Parts: sequence; structure tokens; C-alpha cells
Amino acid sequence: MSVARDDSPAFAGYAHPERLVSTEWLAEHLGDEGLVVVESDEDVLLYETGHIPGAVKVDWHTELNDPVTRDYVDGAGFAALVGGKGISRDSTVVIYGDKTNWWAAYALWVFTLFGHEDVRLLDGGRAKWEAEGREYTTEPTVREAVDYPVVERDDSAVRAFKEDVLAHFGNPLIDVRSPEEYSGERTTAPAYPEESALRAGHIPTAQSVPWGKAVAENGTFKPVGELDAIYRDGAGLAEGDDVIAYCRIGERSSHTWFVLTHLLGFEGVRNYDGSWTEWGSAVRVPIVTGTEPGEAPVK
Amino acid sequence: MSATELPPALAEIRDDFLAITKQERLQLLLEFSRDLPALPERLADHPELLERVEECQSPVFIITEVDEAGHVHLHATAPQEAPTTRGFASILAQGLDGLTIDAFFAVPDDFPFELGLTEAVSPLRLRGMVGMIGRAKRQVRAAIAAP
Repeated sequence: MSVARDDSPAFAGYAHPERLVSTEWLAEHLGDEGLVVVESDEDVLLYETGHIPGAVKVDWHTELNDPVTRDYVDGAGFAALVGGKGISRDSTVVIYGDKTNWWAAYALWVFTLFGHEDVRLLDGGRAKWEAEGREYTTEPTVREAVDYPVVERDDSAVRAFKEDVLAHFGNPLIDVRSPEEYSGERTTAPAYPEESALRAGHIPTAQSVPWGKAVAENGTFKPVGELDAIYRDGAGLAEGDDVIAYCRIGERSSHTWFVLTHLLGFEGVRNYDGSWTEWGSAVRVPIVTGTEPGEAPVK
Repeated sequence: MSATELPPALAEIRDDFLAITKQERLQLLLEFSRDLPALPERLADHPELLERVEECQSPVFIITEVDEAGHVHLHATAPQEAPTTRGFASILAQGLDGLTIDAFFAVPDDFPFELGLTEAVSPLRLRGMVGMIGRAKRQVRAAIAAP
């Protein structure tokens, strides 16, 4: 029951153009059978101020995270969450959000952990939809709950844990945080609260490629040629590489994970969601400060 | 409910939140965000007088002043696309306005956790509001020390 893909020529060069839809496409397809639009924001109230008609809200903090363990919900929890929002296993899910789709990409990545097949991002996110003066409503979306199967989360393919990172040295790591966080001047993004990391710096050998480099001024993803220049020529990624991306809590690196996996077609990319809030507080893990990647620790 | 002794305006806000369901609390917070009082003109023209609250993810700036009669006034500004932060600032601007210095300092820093928003908003986000109170108190301490 998959909804037709967006054949916009702007997406043609990407490895998996079916993972993106444009604002024009979405405006035309709102209400299509089988399509569910999801808004996922940093701000828990932004959806309530106005959202794309028919969109449901998924909050990263109160819904995708387990309330007790630092982990995501389990198979039963995910089934209850998305089924309750009227999302079926075969629904086409289009996700958009604030902050240039940080949390939308994060939600998309979590849907991927549960193997939801057809999940796409709205290129440009909430800001582009808004800038184009497109329709918003404060009308609550009412969707009938459906049965979503309980599928256990598969953390092996696209998720990395701290132990995986320690075993990964010698393979590329991408640090997507700001240059100040990378060098160790601060532990959080500029203009973000200082929180939850006892040490500052980066994981040895990680290349610094701030997430925003993948984004054009209007918030959409850059064309594939520019992305190649950044990640292949600039950061030295090559075909067949296993890559781990990280940031502070895994949301900005979900964005880069999306770029590497779906736009550039790398197959072995994992997101280390523990990221700096874990690494920067873990005991006896190696850390490098300064602007150079540094050497891999001797195993 | 082991309610803390709060100033009347703040206590009323808390009771309003606690009287409704979790989903309704988000709506009420949204109403507060819409009602964040505009900055008085003398401050609007001088944004450098306001201090950024680093504990909040979204840019929110506050200034807490003590008038000649010894009453506290908190002014805040935050962008429209950060309604949660605006809502927090609005609760404080309205709930603390006009308190005496003693009454102001008696408000517990962790009062935001009494609003019944912990589940709907998450503890992490509420910590931003705790940060605003801490900063407001520091500003008042500084104002008293150097009038």
C-alpha cells in the first residue's frame, strides 16, 4: 500500500531518492491512502502551535525513549506507540520537524531500528514548509488506532554502542558536533546547555564534519556532488567503509547517518547514540583534545 | 499532596495545572506561551540588558529587577518557535511578578516539578525552567548588592 515516491529531479543523484519527499510533493499527497505524516520536534509544544494537516506527533523524549533505562522503547512499546497513532506496518511514513529535521531524522532512525520499511524525510523540514506559507492547523489529528505488529528492535545494523566504538578503531569515525565541542572547548553545542559530560574533546581518529555541512541555506540537503566533496574527498570515506557517527546524544548524528546511508549509499553506517554524553563521562576511554583527529589507541 | 508554600499567584497556577489531565496541561502551557508578557519598551530597545539562560535549549533571555518599593519583576523573551520555553518563562513572569524580595527567595528552585508536567514534558526539559529560577535569583542578589 506504499505511496508513490517523489520523482523530483532534485533527488535524482541520491543513492536512495525514495527516502525524501519535497514540500510540493507532500502538499499534493496529503490525505493519500496509506500515508501518515509525523512531526517530531525538539520543542514538545511546537506541534500544538500548528502542524501540517493530518500530521501526528511523535516526541523523542517522552515517547521514543524508555522512561527508565537509557534506551529506546522495546518492540511492544513501539507497536503500542505507533499503532496508537494509526500507523500500520505497511504505512508510508513521512517525518518532518524543527531544527533542520534533527529530531525527524532521529525518529526516522528509530523507525529503522524496528525495520519499518517505508519511512521518509520531508526535505527542508518544518522551516521550509513554513517559509513557503503552506497550510498549518491546530486541529487535533484524529486517526483510528491500528494493530502494529510487535517487532523486536534490531540494534545490530544501524546502532553502535560504546563497546562497538572501542572495537571500531582503525575504521572511520565521524564527529558531527560543532568545532568547539570537537576540540574540547565545550561539551555541548554553542547556545546549548552544558550538561552531562565530565570530559571534553573527541573520540580518537574521529574526523570533524559538523552535521550542518550537509544542509543548504534553505534547509534542504545539498546535491550529491557537494556531499561527495564533503564526506568522500574531505573526510576520506570510501566505498565499503564501516562508519560510526556520533554527536552529543545521537540526534545530530542521526541526521548525518541519514545523509551517509540514504543519500550517499554507504551500507555500513551506524549511529552511536550514547555519543558524547556517554563517552565524555565513561571511565578510561581514550579522548583527544584539540583540532586534530589524533591516533588510535594501541589495542 | 504535600504542596510547598508558594506565593498566591504561583500557587494558583500550580493548582490550575494539577486540576486537569496530562494532555490538557500541555494546552495550558501553550496558553501561557502565548501570554508571555512583551518586554517593556525600555528593555525591548536594550536586549543587551537581558541575560541568556544557558540551561534552556532554546534561546531565552531574562532580566529580573527590583523596583523602588522592593518588589520583584521578571521579564523574559523567547522565540515563537520555542513555545515550551516561552511557556516556562511566562509562568515565572506572571507567577513571580510583584513579590517582595523575601517571598521571591522563598520560592523553591525545583518548584517546576510540582506543576504535574514531568511526564508530559520530561524532566530534562523542566530543568530548563529550574535554571531560569536560579538565574533570576542570582540577578536579584546582584541587584540588591549593587543598587
